[in-house]
Amino acid sequence: MRWVVLAVVGLFFLLPLVSMYEFATKIGPQNPHKWDAFKAITTNPQLTAAIKTSLELCVLTAVGMLVLLLPTMVWVRLKVPWAKRIVEFLCLLPLTIPAIVIVVGITNVQSWVYYLITDGPLSLTFPYIVLVLPYCYRALDAGLASIDVNTLSEAARSLGASWFTVITRIILPNIASAVLSAAFLAVALVLGEFTFASLLLFDNLQVVIAALGLSNAAVSVAVSLASLAFAAALLFLLSFVGVRRRSGQVV
Amino acid sequence: METMDRRSGGVEVRLDDLTRTFGPVQALDGLNLTLAPGELVSLLGPSGCGKTTALRILAGLDDATSGKVLVDGKDLSRVPANKRDMGMVFQAYSLFPHMTTRQNVEFGLKLRKISSAERRSRAIEMLELVGLAAQSERYAHQLSGGQQQRVALARALAFEPSVLLLDEPLSALDAKVRAQLRDEIRRVQREVGTTTLFVTHDQEEALAMADRVGVMRSGRLEQIAPPQELYSSPTSQFVAEFVGLTNRLPAIVSGGRARVAGMEVPTLDGSVREGTGMALVRPESAHVKAAAAGHSGNGRVTTTSFLGAISRLHIDMDDDTRLIAQVPRSIGGAVAPGDRVEVVIDPAPVLVVAD
Repeated sequence: MRWVVLAVVGLFFLLPLVSMYEFATKIGPQNPHKWDAFKAITTNPQLTAAIKTSLELCVLTAVGMLVLLLPTMVWVRLKVPWAKRIVEFLCLLPLTIPAIVIVVGITNVQSWVYYLITDGPLSLTFPYIVLVLPYCYRALDAGLASIDVNTLSEAARSLGASWFTVITRIILPNIASAVLSAAFLAVALVLGEFTFASLLLFDNLQVVIAALGLSNAAVSVAVSLASLAFAAALLFLLSFVGVRRRSGQVV
Repeated sequence: METMDRRSGGVEVRLDDLTRTFGPVQALDGLNLTLAPGELVSLLGPSGCGKTTALRILAGLDDATSGKVLVDGKDLSRVPANKRDMGMVFQAYSLFPHMTTRQNVEFGLKLRKISSAERRSRAIEMLELVGLAAQSERYAHQLSGGQQQRVALARALAFEPSVLLLDEPLSALDAKVRAQLRDEIRRVQREVGTTTLFVTHDQEEALAMADRVGVMRSGRLEQIAPPQELYSSPTSQFVAEFVGLTNRLPAIVSGGRARVAGMEVPTLDGSVREGTGMALVRPESAHVKAAAAGHSGNGRVTTTSFLGAISRLHIDMDDDTRLIAQVPRSIGGAVAPGDRVEVVIDPAPVLVVAD
């Protein structure tokens, strides 16, 4: 019975992937050779630029989210515990607002970003940080709940640690897997993001995939497949790091 | 680089008129306390009396609403916790889970930029002091609760702080380990000579460990004295009843002496001066013997409890008061519930409070 369930679920996941692979490697007038669609990922300048943009956005969003969220959450736990519900509500809010409403609402703020920082696609970092907040908040909150933040920080403070040291050398190493999952969620979300970029008229990976889909469908499917594989690889890496940490502690 | 040859000989610590309010709650209400260099003072009191607040303000983990914290004559009131040079052991287990025992002990030294060789030897020395050198490469989750608190003590003392703060470090442990660790903390504290403030709600702990015990009530120090004096000469009813068991027996006071259960005993300072009151008598100050033949005694035993070396007797006195007496096993074994007994009060001074 178990094998039947596994087979059905396996088929459910594998069938679309195999179909994508089949479609992307089909020889046709636009792709005379089997691997043309995949080769385009590295040769199509529009696509390579979009991949670069999306990867940069992944890193900036993940780092920005952590720099904003981690100290805030630690501070709230230590100094203003009554504000935890408010911060949680604010962080979860983007989940309940449709992306298009956020984009319309954020336009005025974004014009300041264009004016002061950059008017390139990396300006998407700011709306993306808002976008990933709900998911990353949950991941970090679970990590912080698993340790006694109050006692550990007070112990470190009494031993002479500054607040920066407390966060980087005491809190962070003890919630490393939570931080990694938050960062991974941010990366996965940014890689798959279409609405913000499209409405704010920037070319990220998904926008370019959609555009390519109109001219060369095989390439757009090949890129989608590759980005899925990339996300799966990241997930695999994450579980590997998690296991090594745990076994490392039981010496 | 800071040198490590300074032996912390102990410094004077003074809490000067400290107050702390949390909204409508007055946690500290003008607390004054001075710790002599090298002294171990214990703050004892029921929960909510302000003892932990006082310790946290001294540590810099909380701010006083008003008043000063002076260490070695210097005002530290505005100095942040990480610059106060105070080691602290917490009630909750506080070892850093991602570090080994040795790395935990080294942490404070690392922050003070001590070289790694010196750090290591100092950490091992401290772990030897608490008897855990063999566990130096273990993680917190591989240690028992008692071992974790000993490592926490080693960590708090490793950087030779000017003051050691103990915030109920034994309350999470079971009774046997608690008694062991109590003696160990006292031994280590004597050895390093660091001025120590110890907060507890356990009177036995306070009396056994401290040079002086301060009993706190509603944010104020009710009495501070060496353990024996606190026990034998309480200055208030609260102290007498909070520290140790106490009987309340009717007394008539006249000319500095009180008549209690047929005995005349001197009164302590703070007692009622004239007239009637209640004498606070310790259970071990009530001597009991079986009523001699032909004598009816002055009370009747209601229950007896065997406590090992001693027995505790509950006695209904003929004047309608109830009394708890603590007697040696030999006497406790000789009487049974229902027996008539003769109770005599020790002629030591007692506190007589208003009825």
